[in-house]
Amino acid sequence: MSASVGVVQFPGSNCELDVMEAIRSLGGDAKLLWHRDLTVSGVDAVVVPGGFAHGDFLRPGAIARFSPVIAAIADFALGGGPVVGICNGFQVLTEAGLLPGALRKNDGLRFLCSTVELRVDSTRSALTSTTAVGDLLRLPINHFEGAFTCDQATLDRLCANDQVVLRYTSNPNGSIDDIAGICNDVGNVVGLMPHPERATDDLLGSTDGRPLLRSLLDQASVAT
Amino acid sequence: MVEVSPRAGIADPQGQTIERSLPALGFDGVIGVRVGKAIRFHVTAASEDAARTEVEDMCARFLTNPVIEDSCVSLTALT
Repeated sequence: MSASVGVVQFPGSNCELDVMEAIRSLGGDAKLLWHRDLTVSGVDAVVVPGGFAHGDFLRPGAIARFSPVIAAIADFALGGGPVVGICNGFQVLTEAGLLPGALRKNDGLRFLCSTVELRVDSTRSALTSTTAVGDLLRLPINHFEGAFTCDQATLDRLCANDQVVLRYTSNPNGSIDDIAGICNDVGNVVGLMPHPERATDDLLGSTDGRPLLRSLLDQASVAT
Repeated sequence: MVEVSPRAGIADPQGQTIERSLPALGFDGVIGVRVGKAIRFHVTAASEDAARTEVEDMCARFLTNPVIEDSCVSLTALT
């Protein structure tokens, strides 16, 4: 049976259908989870997609983390289930305390919408297990508050524990240490600003998101 | 009132942009511009201390992200 991936929909999410389409194109099952759901409905992996959950009022992710489904995702993650936050989803996971650090406004105060090159720096995350360190990937970014930041002690810990998953080869937003994506200390919770789901077909200009989502499906199968 | 500001050491692109723009209007010598936000509300509490404790709890758990923001609480009694 193919692995099932739950994709969370908040009021204001706008990438949930793209993620579901990408998962299905790789042979996985995709299931929409509503932000008020009290469980993750037995899925094998969870994606918190991009968008503007609850309008990003107060701060991106600040309201979303109180949605009931977040508590269910936290339990799921605690049990080792793979959880990926993409863009706004990354912001939600940091606000919810499932990932360290925070995302601040981009240097230059520009909303960035382009395709960037990334380097895989760790393969022990749920999103990079089928890639190799040093792999270069071209993925789209779409964000205003996407510069990862944290204090020096946290950065030292992330680097020492091999938790920096992806780095920009040319930093577009001023993120600390060129970080584009990180994972928790176990590696099952991953957050990244670029959008792998938007790079899954030649028509979209890149298929470099496929190995990442393929990794997630592999991890989802293992977890069940 | 809760004043939310970017923590020391956290880059503040809005503040930097304002600081760079001021000399164009002849305001030289301005440094350290930081942009935050003010959240104003009324709270009913038994005492000023109780109100402060409650609002500081709100700041820590919701109104600010302590990773990147500091808060400063100012209270004014209404009665």
